[in-house]
Amino acid sequence: MSKLVRYIIKISALITFGILFLIIAYILIRGIPSLKPSMFQWEYTSENVSLLPAMITTIMIVFLTLLIATPIGVFTGFYLVEYSKRDNKLIEIIRMATETLSGIPSIVYGLFGMLLFVIRLKFQYSLLAGTLTAAIMVLPLIIRATEEALLSVDNAYREASFALGAGKVTTIFRVVLPAAMPGILSGIILSIGRVIGETAALMFTLGTATGIPKGLFSSGRTLALHMYVLSTEGFHVNESYATGVILLILVLLINGLSTFLSNKLTKEN
Amino acid sequence: MDKIFIKNFNLYYDNFHALKNINMNIKEKEITALIGPSGCGKSTLLKSLNRMNDLVEGCRIEGDIFIDDKSIYGNGYDVTLLRKRIGMVFQKPNPFPMSIYDNIAYGPRIHGIKNKQKLDQIVERSLRAAAIWDEVKDDLKKSALRISGGQQQRLCIARALAVEPDVLLMDEPTSALDPISTAKIEELVQELKKDYTIVMVTHNMQQAARISDKTGFMLNGELIEFGKTVDMFTVPKDKRTEDYITGRFG
Repeated sequence: MSKLVRYIIKISALITFGILFLIIAYILIRGIPSLKPSMFQWEYTSENVSLLPAMITTIMIVFLTLLIATPIGVFTGFYLVEYSKRDNKLIEIIRMATETLSGIPSIVYGLFGMLLFVIRLKFQYSLLAGTLTAAIMVLPLIIRATEEALLSVDNAYREASFALGAGKVTTIFRVVLPAAMPGILSGIILSIGRVIGETAALMFTLGTATGIPKGLFSSGRTLALHMYVLSTEGFHVNESYATGVILLILVLLINGLSTFLSNKLTKEN
Repeated sequence: MDKIFIKNFNLYYDNFHALKNINMNIKEKEITALIGPSGCGKSTLLKSLNRMNDLVEGCRIEGDIFIDDKSIYGNGYDVTLLRKRIGMVFQKPNPFPMSIYDNIAYGPRIHGIKNKQKLDQIVERSLRAAAIWDEVKDDLKKSALRISGGQQQRLCIARALAVEPDVLLMDEPTSALDPISTAKIEELVQELKKDYTIVMVTHNMQQAARISDKTGFMLNGELIEFGKTVDMFTVPKDKRTEDYITGRFG
């Protein structure tokens, strides 16, 4: 019996790894031969579908999204754990809202973003509309990660700090936050991954313009969108695979960086 | 002279009457032990002395506690200052996840000391006072989580001493430690008595008998008997005290 269980467990692990390996191998094999230096030119033209503008747009949108979502998400998490009183109805509502938000399909965010930001607020297809939509989308991730991280901080630290005469804010910033940092960081990294991989929510908010956005009210496309558009148009399927390679490398880089950062942070503790 | 004077003190957690009409006077530079079975209110009483119970929702008090003749529950008493004057050591060693140095310097820093030299002095003085300086003086940058449990507890005592309190509250400070570490802490507590007023909760009656000057026996939120440790362990006045110290319940 235990042999059978071990067998099933091993097979499951193998299947998981195998699928991941297949996807990566497939993209690399199809994509690498199509990678050309010309794809990294500043200008996108219909003859040379350069991916550099999309890469820069991706970085812009990730940065701006985090700029909005991180403070709001982290502070909300702090409110939920550190400042709420028990039996507080508002907390229940916030918690329910974040859980619901995290279950909503991204196309719904896309439609909402389009109706509110693009049409109602007249932002047009723009970096701003895309960023705001993406920020709403990753907010629950950051709130959840912050909440979990704070809850896992031993209460004995808080007690020790209070007993030395520290106030609430001092205790939170000097003791609780450093201890919770790796957990919060992992939530932020998850959010980065989510934004990089997103197409549905951005298609109708950020739009799919080919150039580098010239400002907050200018449209653009992320790498994932670039890939999607190229493959639906059907003229540049190989370049689409090449974009996939770059996207993959970007994701691996971010994962590596985040592991490095959180290791460094935990080691210092 | 009375350092702490507890007067008609009652404490409730919501509807639970946790401390019932406690009256007690604690002398300066003595060790006072609080004993009694689990849930009798001894830790609650201890935490009332530095108002840590304020942090518990639904906690309500009646009566008053005076330290140096000033009411600590009265209007305008600064809780920050109170906790600076009354250090606390907890049951489980709870050093912050930072270096040994930063642990000790935490208290002085939050109270506004920034001067590096001054901090260095405080760290050394506190660690020496807690009899752990010789063991850690070469690794002050080391994480406090990497030293042994007994060392961690002495570090926590040093951390409490760093803000220059005059009272030390100890909540079963040795219950999580091995016998050798326990002996070291007990020795240290005896030493600290010269400069500090110490109130200690303990589960261990031998410990109370060994190191305290006065002992209070609590049961179901009441202070049943309070007096000289020698008297209490030889000729207890109350039947319940006798039952408890002879091991008939608790």
